[in-house]
Amino acid sequence: MVSEVVSVKMPVKEKINISKNHFEPDNATGREARISLVTGIHGDELDGQFVMYEVVRRINEHPERLTGIVDVYPCINPLGMDMGTRGIPMFDLDMNRVFPGDNNGAMAEYVAAELVNDIIGSDLCIDIHSSNVYIKEALQVRLNEDCADKLLPYARIMNADFVWVYSSITVREATLAYSLNKLGVPTLVTEMGVGLRINYAYCRQLIDGIFNIMIELGIWQDERPQVKEPIMSTEGQVDFLHAEAAGIFISALGDRLGNIKSGEHIGDIISPIEGKVLQRIESPADGIIFTLRENPVVYKGTLLARVYAVK
Amino acid sequence: MRREVIFSVEGLYRESNDIIGYTFGHGEKAACIVGAMRGNELQQLYICSQLIKTLKNLEEHGAISHNKEIMVVPTVNQYGVNVEKRFWPIDNVDINRCFPGQTDADAPKQIAKALFDNVRGYSYGIQFASFYMPGDFIPHVRMMETGFQSPSLANLFGLQYVVTRKPKPMDTVTLNYNWQMNGTNAFSIYTNATDNVDEKSARQAVSAVLRFLTRMGIVKYNNHSGYIASVIEEHELMPVKSDTAGFYRRLKEPGDPVYHGDVIAQVIDPYEGEVISDILSPTDGIIFFAHTAPMVMENAVVYKIIRRMHE
Repeated sequence: MVSEVVSVKMPVKEKINISKNHFEPDNATGREARISLVTGIHGDELDGQFVMYEVVRRINEHPERLTGIVDVYPCINPLGMDMGTRGIPMFDLDMNRVFPGDNNGAMAEYVAAELVNDIIGSDLCIDIHSSNVYIKEALQVRLNEDCADKLLPYARIMNADFVWVYSSITVREATLAYSLNKLGVPTLVTEMGVGLRINYAYCRQLIDGIFNIMIELGIWQDERPQVKEPIMSTEGQVDFLHAEAAGIFISALGDRLGNIKSGEHIGDIISPIEGKVLQRIESPADGIIFTLRENPVVYKGTLLARVYAVK
Repeated sequence: MRREVIFSVEGLYRESNDIIGYTFGHGEKAACIVGAMRGNELQQLYICSQLIKTLKNLEEHGAISHNKEIMVVPTVNQYGVNVEKRFWPIDNVDINRCFPGQTDADAPKQIAKALFDNVRGYSYGIQFASFYMPGDFIPHVRMMETGFQSPSLANLFGLQYVVTRKPKPMDTVTLNYNWQMNGTNAFSIYTNATDNVDEKSARQAVSAVLRFLTRMGIVKYNNHSGYIASVIEEHELMPVKSDTAGFYRRLKEPGDPVYHGDVIAQVIDPYEGEVISDILSPTDGIIFFAHTAPMVMENAVVYKIIRRMHE
């Protein structure tokens, strides 16, 4: 059942509606587990659209398999998505820096507070992100080390390539995931692909992971999909590779992310006007490359790649 | 006056984004003033230009105190100013969310690091800042309650109000917060313009800084002693929100007194021209912030009122 979570009137005959689709089994007892799936906090992140479509399609196709509650929130920043902008267009405000929100605050804070109120009570929340338009990411689960004990069992069965447990930074306290985790709703963040594009392979990989978790929580009855064992960041270290000069980054890997050998050619920064290579980028270690620059225009210091070095 | 490029970001095809520091006097690092961090902060850049002009004149007349050094950085984001973008235009990052910065990172973090390395260690730090919502403030000094704030020092600017507030997570990556945490008494000054130049409030801001510098014994300058400020906490400001959307008719200006039940704004149907909402003052007080845009959304904060205060 599609319903409105929060709406705000725009100046001229239009409302911003944040909607959700709620699914529960026939003859629900009120004791069912509940999962909330959220995406579209950033308007330029579109992979979650296909993921939500496919989750809803499968539930509609086999409602008899549903044994718990699924709430799908497909777009938290509809104006941003419409315009392909990451933040809320009028303010250029990153919605994932205003949680847990404020009922008496400005529009974004009000929307954030209503969304959080609606999700509270879920047994698990998955906040599905893509990367931005500048960087490509392999399918990964990211968690704050503060919540690692609680979240790692779920992250391991999400069918991700990589699980990145990172140290706490105060600014992340204003994200949806941090706020929900503090409010008692275990929340995982997934990242994949590139902004303004849909990577169907990653989406299908994540969809299998979501159904696997739904089976684990007793929300869905089906054969478990085959899921991969992710590489855990806790077992090695992440190397960040940066540009040493302004230029154009040419990937030597094409679209490929994943396993990489020490010394393997990742790409070059070139100077078109001089016709020369300014920097050759090689992998510093055996491991996996899970981040790669997508927008070729780079400045000194621009992040080109992240390589997880296996110890 | 010494003019020094304190950091430069090399462009690909654009000329470099040079961050220029203007230094007056010699000796102890007494005061540092930072202007436009965002590309739309034209008023902030203008104020710095007027301040540099005045300080140059004062220095030529021997009015900078012995063993005192003042630095002014008019902008760190000329790239943004020149293309009329608020954030660092290459990848749309807010430089004032990158402090204390990082050397081996994207350009905005490098800029933050370079700026912070140059402006840390001053006894007093003054930033001309702006708010993300469209609106006018009574010119005031704002400071965060980090445990190191000093409202009595803020009073010496001679503006009518000093506002203190508890930092939110996203504030921890601002210049002001990092200044304070590193031993600089940091103040943000808000005037009533951002995207356009308001000569009157720019003059007021320049006077306020010179008044402060005079009172701290950094310059010798004879100007009006200004106000004894009222110190208010931000949470004491009462927000007034729009209950519908449409054309917005503002009936009160910052600084105006209001009384409980006064009609302080109207919302007008954008097609039919009828007044569809009278927005009433919920309290007696003085208008501190007033929304400026010609249209308004539902649930927008259109005023902030200092409660139970009279002229």
